[in-house]
Amino acid sequence: MQIQKNTFLKGIIDGIPICLGYLSVSFAFGIFSVESGLSILEAVLISMTNVTSAGQLAAVPIITGGGAFLELAATQLVINLRYALMSVSLSQKLHPNVRLFDRFIISFVNTDEVFAVASSNTGEVKRNYLYGLILTPYLGWASGTLLGAVAGNILPAIVISSLGVAIYAMFVAIVVPEAKKRSCTAMCVVFAIALSCVFKYTPLLCHIPQGFVIIICAVAASALFAAVMPIPQPESEDI
Amino acid sequence: MTPNFFLYLLTAAGVTYLIRMLPLVLVKKKIQNRFLLSFLYYIPYAVLSVMTIPAIFYATEHTLTAVAGFAVALLLAYRQKSLVTVAAFSCAAVLICELLL
Repeated sequence: MQIQKNTFLKGIIDGIPICLGYLSVSFAFGIFSVESGLSILEAVLISMTNVTSAGQLAAVPIITGGGAFLELAATQLVINLRYALMSVSLSQKLHPNVRLFDRFIISFVNTDEVFAVASSNTGEVKRNYLYGLILTPYLGWASGTLLGAVAGNILPAIVISSLGVAIYAMFVAIVVPEAKKRSCTAMCVVFAIALSCVFKYTPLLCHIPQGFVIIICAVAASALFAAVMPIPQPESEDI
Repeated sequence: MTPNFFLYLLTAAGVTYLIRMLPLVLVKKKIQNRFLLSFLYYIPYAVLSVMTIPAIFYATEHTLTAVAGFAVALLLAYRQKSLVTVAAFSCAAVLICELLL
């Protein structure tokens, strides 16, 4: 059976691969959260209201460590700033039947992957398709967190310890292929890592809260390389 | 669950939502500024790298096992394996090393 383009069902189906990917990432997040001291319900609530992997991972230590609200807000702002660009880009692709009210809902789940799939459609995307496309990934994200948080409470310590690297391994899997493709990205990444290590292992600097360290290192590295090695225009329009 | 948790939740979710919602609702034109576009391109990779290193080396019982997991992740990621594959083998490497230690 041929699934009709731009329908709710097509959106659901296009969202399935994202959903499966999210199950494992959010599973790792669930484990990480309960290991950090959050309850199962708290972990799931974070996933259901934030829907962003890196942002949530950075938020957990700030929450459990009793960090400042400003630190949390600033961290989320920097880590999630890329979504602003994606939302700008997505706004250019919306069919006229996507009303203002729909934009408020769709933007809530405008993740990297949802954005990537929505963008890969030729022509404009309609509202029913978008609702389908955000539904399956959202369910995967929430239920994966629940499973991970529960598993974190029942699995033996040595297994939990091993699963602790899962989310970082996924980050490696996102960064390395892109760094392999573009040498400027590789250099930016190495520079950011060097800065991060300086903050971790230098006396005095090591007392700066983790959230701020992420902001400082990421903004400094990105701004420096955006100035020195800007990305060629035609490519960057696809981001 | 403390009242504080809900304030944290509201802060994180509120900021994240505003970042996504405001441009989709307000912006109609495309960004042209090359510096800004490049900055936004670099940000996710810089953020993920900073969050991973050195934190990954403290994510397991022993630093040595984390190094093994990291090495496996690097190798498989370099060979363009999927996120799930990279994560699974990285975890397996750590588990095996933890059992050996």
